[in-house]
Amino acid sequence: MMLRVKFTKSGCLKFIGHLDVMRYFQKAMRRAHIDVAYSTGFSPHQIMSFAAPLSIGLTSDGEYFDMEVHSVTGREDMKARLNHVMAEGITVTDIRLLPDHAKNAMASVAAAGYTVRIREQYEQGVPLKEAMTRFTESEHAFYVKKTKKNEITLDLKEGVHELSYENGTVSMLIDTGSSSNLKPEVVMEMLYSYYGKQCGEFDFIIHRTETYGRTDDGRFAPLIEAGEVF
Amino acid sequence: MRRLALPEEILLTIEKPARYIGGEVNSVMKEKSGIDVRFCMCFPDVYEIGMSHLGIQILYDMFNQWDDVWCERVYSPWIDADRILREKGIPLFALESQDPVKEFDFLGITLQYEMCYTNILQILDLSGIPLLAEERTWEHPVVIAGGPCVYNPEPVAPFFDLFYIGEGETMYRRLLDLYKEMRAKGADRVSFLREAGKLPGIYAPQFYTPYYHEDGTLRAFTPDDDSMPSVIRKELVTDVSNTYYPKKPVVPFIKCTQDRVVLEIQRGCIRGCRFCQAGQLYRPVRERSLTMLKEQAIQIIDSTGHEEISLSSLSSSDYSMLPELLSFLIEECKKRKVNISLPSLRIDAFSLDVMSKIQDIKKSSLTFAPEAGTQRLRDVINKGLTKEVILNGAIEAFKGGWTRVKLYFMLGLPTETDADIRGIAELANEIAAAFFETVPKEQRREKIQIVVSTSFFIPKPFTPFQWASMHPKETYIEKAYATRKAISEQLNQRSIKYNWHEADVSVIEGVLARGDRRVADVIRSAYRRGCFFDAWSEYYHHDRWLAAFGECGLSTDFYTMRERALDELFPWDFIDCGVTKQFLRQEWERAMAEEITPNCKQTCSACGAARYGCGVCLEPKGGA
Repeated sequence: MMLRVKFTKSGCLKFIGHLDVMRYFQKAMRRAHIDVAYSTGFSPHQIMSFAAPLSIGLTSDGEYFDMEVHSVTGREDMKARLNHVMAEGITVTDIRLLPDHAKNAMASVAAAGYTVRIREQYEQGVPLKEAMTRFTESEHAFYVKKTKKNEITLDLKEGVHELSYENGTVSMLIDTGSSSNLKPEVVMEMLYSYYGKQCGEFDFIIHRTETYGRTDDGRFAPLIEAGEVF
Repeated sequence: MRRLALPEEILLTIEKPARYIGGEVNSVMKEKSGIDVRFCMCFPDVYEIGMSHLGIQILYDMFNQWDDVWCERVYSPWIDADRILREKGIPLFALESQDPVKEFDFLGITLQYEMCYTNILQILDLSGIPLLAEERTWEHPVVIAGGPCVYNPEPVAPFFDLFYIGEGETMYRRLLDLYKEMRAKGADRVSFLREAGKLPGIYAPQFYTPYYHEDGTLRAFTPDDDSMPSVIRKELVTDVSNTYYPKKPVVPFIKCTQDRVVLEIQRGCIRGCRFCQAGQLYRPVRERSLTMLKEQAIQIIDSTGHEEISLSSLSSSDYSMLPELLSFLIEECKKRKVNISLPSLRIDAFSLDVMSKIQDIKKSSLTFAPEAGTQRLRDVINKGLTKEVILNGAIEAFKGGWTRVKLYFMLGLPTETDADIRGIAELANEIAAAFFETVPKEQRREKIQIVVSTSFFIPKPFTPFQWASMHPKETYIEKAYATRKAISEQLNQRSIKYNWHEADVSVIEGVLARGDRRVADVIRSAYRRGCFFDAWSEYYHHDRWLAAFGECGLSTDFYTMRERALDELFPWDFIDCGVTKQFLRQEWERAMAEEITPNCKQTCSACGAARYGCGVCLEPKGGA
């Protein structure tokens, strides 16, 4: 059976990259004696699928992975056992049982919510509230994305689903996943560009609040909702 | 959230920030207020190398079991972080508390290889601790060294307050108690170091003076006053089954060189290969009990969650209960889906059977370390491996489906001739030929691949070859070319690949290995010229080292090329490692006579280590 695990990543753990987080959980499953299913062969590995990779430097309240298990003990017990062996900065917040037909975590990702704050001493005085109105009211928001080979023009209006500003914090819900993927920095860059400002590598403190999938009726729903309480 | 010493902007700019944040699973945090002694343990190389070292994990666990001590870790900041720490004036910090190293009571540095000596200076420098011990005050930690290189401490003696000669489990408690007692009494630093230097196994270099002959060789080496011991005897754990072993080793976030459970099954080696320093230093061989190892293996797998376990020892095939241990591990690891990685076992029916159970034959390779190309030279170095054993092992393996063979040799061994170099190529060729004879054409699923690797032999203290002279750099390069040429002339040369190590660094390693106290100035000069991470070939600057020798008026040849007289006083002779100089000399003479010496299980050769009254020395002789 397939379980979906939701976890947070905070504090010093923001400096641990995605691949290392995957390795971390493989070891954690063993420490917590979770009955994970393994692939066959000489080097068996745990059957796990992580949702959307989080860049180094970001914290999150909505990280996910799915894992196949042979047996479960109980939701609270498994959560407690995992949290007992976690490093400071990672907490398992929920575990759900996925229905048989469910898409895996990675394939399910459609969007993610972020909050963005400007890091102290990097404030450039861009009137974000005003910038947001301009973004919301314009029909298109073209952004030129530079890749190694060429440049692609994206219309951010298509990928940004919610955008708001309150108490020095920008909140956004943007496309994430394999079909369309936006980074929160790109949206900020767009807002800054309205005032002829450029943003640098360390301007923002970014936090992922949730990762979403799409329901059958086209609504964004947190990935955890695809699973059932057991 | 723990406070970090480095600001986020720096951590996000440098490579692998996880090297500097601590907080790993099983790392130990303590409340500072209840701590009397803060000990910072250092491996002077990059995190991924240092974190892979078992010795530090053992001592870290031991120290942290003591309520009055908090042991933390520090490693050499990588080139990028090093530059930033210097630019911004950020003092080097320990991983757990993120506090400056300078605030600790002790800084313990393990010396595992000579080419890390400039990194000692990097650590001291970045910490804001004077490089020279004589310039330190109570404002600075007591800087103490351990590890195999301390058996010739002299090239780095001026940088350390103390050296711990031998295995760390035995004397640290007494040293820390002495420290607590003398600090409480308000004793001065020099008095403490002097008293510490009277503890067994502890060497306090500032109270000893070397005197030289006009030709530069050592005339005398004496303590400055009669209260200090004139001989320092190595410390050793006599019962390795009832001692410290970490039940919860630290699990790094990032992938390290050793990303697995390491089970040390025994200490020491019965073989007595004459080039091998570890084989002499860790005598006598002491095996850990099966009960202890079984318990440790399960506990550590459970507490770390590692997906692999490996056995550690100098020669695992010689562990008397290996079949029992392996069958236990195979069963338990299968249940837990943990891989077993085997160190180089002697290739025979037993090891091939075990390997076929735990490894994918298609992906694994066989390793032989004949070390020398001919039987004559193998007798000189006392490497018991014969051509027949190698060929029979290889034939059995080829029948079992293996197709990859790794062969390790040394170039520049004492008495080596062109015939020995050709012997390397011929042996590799014969193994390839054995494959073609053993495996019929239609059964050859994959091509045979033989990889020959050579390193240059470097004479080390406390080995029978401590009297041997080295060669000029050019000769080493010629030897490597001759090996390559000889391989290219073999019938099966297309199945053989050849790798060799660089020659530059071998000369400097040779000097540092058998150097005296004057070499310390050269190390300091090389460091000032920008040398560190010398063990990383891309950061090794031979020209800077040569300039440093020039500046100090010392020649590398004196240390590497000179014929040493049999009665020469060596800089390390004041250390008693158990094995006597007389035994080493006898072994050197037997080497020159091409005579082999039986291993410790066959016969006692009276090396001197029996004085420790433990391990193989107490067992009946006459076995394999």
